[in-house]
Amino acid sequence: MNKLSLILTTTFMTLFLITNAQEGVFEKGIPDMQLKDTEGKTIQTGELENDGKPMIISFWATWCTPCKKELNAIHDMYIDWQDETGVRLVAVSVDDQRTASRVVPYVDSKAWEYEILLDPNGDFKRAMGVNNVPHTFLVDGNGKIVYSHNNYAPGDEYELYDEILKLKE
Amino acid sequence: MKTLQLLIAVFCSTIVGNLIAQGSISGNMETNYQYLLSDEKINAIQPDEKSLLNSYINVNYRMAGFKAGVRLEAYLPRTLGYPDRFDGAGLGYRYVGYENDLIDVTVGNFYEQFGSGLIFRSYEDRALGVDNMMNGISLNLRPYKGVTIKTVYGRQRFSFTNGKNQYSPGIVRGADLEVNFNQWFPGLSDNNIRITGGGSLVSKYQEDNNSQFILPENTGAYGGRLELAYKKFFINGEYIIKEQDPSQDNGYIYNYGKGMIVNAGYSQKGLGIVLSAKSIDNMSFRSDRNAALQDLTIGFIPPLTKTHTYNLAATLYPYASQPNGEVAFQADVIYKIKRGTALGGKYGTDVSLNFSTAYEPLKRTSGIDPMDSSRVTYESTLFDKSDLLYWQDINVSIKRKLNRKWTVEGSYYNISMNNDVLKLTSEQGIIQSHIGVLDVEYKINRKHTVRAELQGLWTVDNKDRGAWATALIEYTISPDWFFSAILQSNYGNPVKEDRINYPMIFVGKIWGATRLQVGYGRQKEGLFCVGGICRFVPASNGLSVTFTHSF
Repeated sequence: MNKLSLILTTTFMTLFLITNAQEGVFEKGIPDMQLKDTEGKTIQTGELENDGKPMIISFWATWCTPCKKELNAIHDMYIDWQDETGVRLVAVSVDDQRTASRVVPYVDSKAWEYEILLDPNGDFKRAMGVNNVPHTFLVDGNGKIVYSHNNYAPGDEYELYDEILKLKE
Repeated sequence: MKTLQLLIAVFCSTIVGNLIAQGSISGNMETNYQYLLSDEKINAIQPDEKSLLNSYINVNYRMAGFKAGVRLEAYLPRTLGYPDRFDGAGLGYRYVGYENDLIDVTVGNFYEQFGSGLIFRSYEDRALGVDNMMNGISLNLRPYKGVTIKTVYGRQRFSFTNGKNQYSPGIVRGADLEVNFNQWFPGLSDNNIRITGGGSLVSKYQEDNNSQFILPENTGAYGGRLELAYKKFFINGEYIIKEQDPSQDNGYIYNYGKGMIVNAGYSQKGLGIVLSAKSIDNMSFRSDRNAALQDLTIGFIPPLTKTHTYNLAATLYPYASQPNGEVAFQADVIYKIKRGTALGGKYGTDVSLNFSTAYEPLKRTSGIDPMDSSRVTYESTLFDKSDLLYWQDINVSIKRKLNRKWTVEGSYYNISMNNDVLKLTSEQGIIQSHIGVLDVEYKINRKHTVRAELQGLWTVDNKDRGAWATALIEYTISPDWFFSAILQSNYGNPVKEDRINYPMIFVGKIWGATRLQVGYGRQKEGLFCVGGICRFVPASNGLSVTFTHSF
């Protein structure tokens, strides 16, 4: 048995065990790390939850026009969404130091009721596998990511809401 | 022997398999492919390989507190204009670590930032080709509630040559302490006051390999920061001092460097105001004193300018931070005119105003002999500026939703850029330009939307490349398709032969977290900038395909 076959055997065995695992590995949860909110408080991302109700995690930046369009479009309907499904939205800003000081004034001026987290060096973005903003995740009541969408076109908020309604069923 | 090996294989795979099965895997991939053609008119040359490819895949694994990850990268060869620091295919990033409530340790490659990043920021910006990741160890401690201690130790990535990371000759060591006083004194929060403070110390070591000067082998930098907030007011600032650090950037002078950034703001519903000021002197700080361009930066100097998104405003005359010295100011106002008023209309009107400017700092040389043995060549004071303008940008944008179907946004920019300093083109002196943009969106129905942009840029006295126009039309079908066509024209170029048109088309398809974009056409040469760092991209003509996927 040469080295190659040893590696191959190991790899196949590993893959076999993964595929047979009870919990699907690709059933992705939220990676746990520390982020700051806009008041400087430390938030443990693994502890983000919404009492068993659905939660949206949306990556955005103050310089990203489609991101702002998406979050403003959701904002217009957020009260209805909350009444109907109890959904909560966490908006993670990936603004770096160049634009970080604009986050709070922008959010306040738009009167967003979202929880805002700051990810200035892209650590949470990397851990969540985000390539580009906007990227929106829907998390079910058990903390599992059930849907994600990278891009925003007007109307995408309805698709997201349909997915939230599916979780309610 | 064979049996033993087989047993080991089974044993290993069982452990690894079980480990993976219990944890979670996440990651993403990105592929940028270009097939380029020759185009004499824009001096675009077809590379010998004809096609170019940048590709990345990140895989992160987490179980309980344990974490590990890798990134494989491939540049076969790198895409047009991408820094020549990257070539080949291989492992570009790997780490293992452990994290709990008290500690967070990472061994291998990692990214980290202290405070605003002025003293230390190790980060990646893949689009630009910036990746000064550390290779070493990072240990963060959270000994008390509200207290975070970060430490880093390692070398920075310089390049990825033949599929292998090459690291800096210098070693970077640093520590940072941050205290959130509200978690210690709950009385502060009761009075709507928030106080956060911090301090950093970073030092680099590089052997003195210079025969002409006696160079300091260890260079330290230190500083502190404070953020105060009362109700909806905030002010934050950071001040960093860098010890003697003769380098190619500063002409091997022995001056201390210093940098300060201050932001203050106020916000309420419908109004946000931010005022910022920055003073930088001799703050180029790299883990190789001979490095240039965007290589091996330890600190990050953010430019105080608005990040423009419309093509002509963003790509023709952008500003880049000047690490050797600049004094800069910015004011930014976001205001919503109330809905139901004469000016506000049915839905309200969004107005944003922005002003930014940067000047050369004043360097006093009287009484200083630049040739003496100290090699301290000037004296300077924070925020002491000369009359030499580097940059000025006054811009306003007004956005209004007219009814359920129509939204209109108009913007105007007045940008003055000192080309003797920023050297974007061969033109001399200050290039001033007026830019106007009209952006109209029409919602056909819930899923179908058409958007059009009309942009114009005119330089004062028809300087540099003269006038430009851009027209764009974009059709989106939510949630999975987009189509766009762009025509850019340098119709007012003083040189007749250079009045060139640049047409491009794009089609994109989105499947949830997967995105495929195909583009075809001619692209002008220009600067591609993110966060005040720019990379020059030559003109091209051909096909481009971008694929991204998250898992």
